[in-house]
Amino acid sequence: MPEAISQPAALFPSTGIQAQPAWREACVAGALWSVALCIVGLFAWMLGDLMLRGMHELSFDFLLLPPEDAGRAGGISTILVGTLALLGVALGTALPIGLGSALLLAEGTRTDTPFGRFVRRSLDVLAGVPSIIFGLFGLAFFGQFLGWGWSILSGGMTLACMILPLFVRTSEQSFRAVPLTLRQGAAALGLSKWAQLWHLSLPCAAPGITAGLILSIGRALAETAALLFTAGAAMRMPESVFDSARALSYHIYLLAIEVPGGQDRAYASALVLVGLLLLINAGAVLLTRQFKHRLVQL
Amino acid sequence: MTKTNRVRIEKSDCCVAITKLEAQAVSIRYRDHLVLHDISLPLHKGCVTAIIGPSGCGKSSFLMALNRLLDLVPEAQVSGKILLDGEDILESGINVTTIRRRIGMIFQKPNPFPLSIERNIALALDHHGITDPAVRTEVVEHSLQAVGLWDEVKDKLNTSGVTLSGGQQQRLCIARAIALQPEVLLMDEPCSALDPRASAQIEELTRELAQRFTVVIVTHNLQQARRLSDYAALFWNTNGYGELIEAGPTNVLFADPQREETREYTQGTVG
Repeated sequence: MPEAISQPAALFPSTGIQAQPAWREACVAGALWSVALCIVGLFAWMLGDLMLRGMHELSFDFLLLPPEDAGRAGGISTILVGTLALLGVALGTALPIGLGSALLLAEGTRTDTPFGRFVRRSLDVLAGVPSIIFGLFGLAFFGQFLGWGWSILSGGMTLACMILPLFVRTSEQSFRAVPLTLRQGAAALGLSKWAQLWHLSLPCAAPGITAGLILSIGRALAETAALLFTAGAAMRMPESVFDSARALSYHIYLLAIEVPGGQDRAYASALVLVGLLLLINAGAVLLTRQFKHRLVQL
Repeated sequence: MTKTNRVRIEKSDCCVAITKLEAQAVSIRYRDHLVLHDISLPLHKGCVTAIIGPSGCGKSSFLMALNRLLDLVPEAQVSGKILLDGEDILESGINVTTIRRRIGMIFQKPNPFPLSIERNIALALDHHGITDPAVRTEVVEHSLQAVGLWDEVKDKLNTSGVTLSGGQQQRLCIARAIALQPEVLLMDEPCSALDPRASAQIEELTRELAQRFTVVIVTHNLQQARRLSDYAALFWNTNGYGELIEAGPTNVLFADPQREETREYTQGTVG
């Protein structure tokens, strides 16, 4: 009997079954913690720097007044409106097209058909294309071919093209992650494909879709290169989607690089941009939670 | 032996040898791979038919073909005829939604929707046009009562179906299926993911359901097949694909099989 007991140790002499020395465990834990702290620290540093240099410029007037003297004075109200309009056009275009494509890829085509493979490969390549290329495409197609010039429409559509690949791929993954057993259960009850999509797949996939959406919004809000030649740089209040508008991130770039004495304003604007991102993230998370709670309880 | 006989006599009272659903020369392929070859099997109205056999001989595929659920697997091809009351459900023009409403299915692993208990049942009712709230509430209650779940969940109909225990989840899935008043109920090893007590409950329930529906049950549990079914069919994997090697009244199949494989399998010496 004692032989039988000692046998496993003899069979696996060098596996991790034996206790690791305590110092090694501590080292690994310490390394992981410091990596995590580095990430948090980096974010805190950036935010702190922004606040330190931009906070004193921040006020309600800054948010509510139009810019003056190339942005050195006044506020950023027109820029904010332009930015939100650009984002609105981008999301208004990308959301329906993106969801539709994701559904088609996840539910309509088999993974292994040449068509599905081709679409997926194209999307993955597009997701990695530098944004300046999208800008050039936007200029040529929306600006010149369609004759929209430098406008919110051109800029927003260009942004939509830019965020679509990422959004489609993340949404497709979310739809695919809906368990097959649920789909089978729905089909076995005679539910149509559309009923199953609407009542089960969409709510189940909603958190993943939201994550993709937040990433896309982040990319769109941060974009400058693609908007250089599509949305333009006008600082006046846009009156329609055919007017030129300056995006907040582009405004920051101009204040920091092109406008002497604009640095403090650039920091303040950056602070607003980060605040806007956080706000949109929180809103999206809240919405998803409510949507999920109403329809699905996982 | 005497006990078996007694059960047989009880059952034959409610068992009428009228064919409800019939497979005629059904073969199933996944891409080019033959899974099931030339199955012809009548399923009698108001009877429980057990499909038994070793793993990988196409029992589940056969079951999923019976309500066109195999349509969800793009690689799968079904040939032959499957007649529901004499009408071939494999024909292309047929309304699959109606077929699945008439032929309900219970899966091996309970798969309640991540919705409230009530909504789990009401969702399909809505979809099939039963939208009157009063009627719906009544159907929900009746279905839950029929599976013996009503008393356990009547105060928490709004909580999620996935918070229930495994056995409760499976009963909810059965309630969901019978709420649509199907004519046939397909059960794919409905007890295999459950503990013995929950399993016994489901078995008991199946016996009750058999008085109202035509039941086809796939099971690995030979004792269960013997206790539960009026007819049994043994699938066997011979040349790399599944075949039906023997079918008949359960007591005959178990007591006096024609084939050597059947005798060995039912006595537990192979398979």
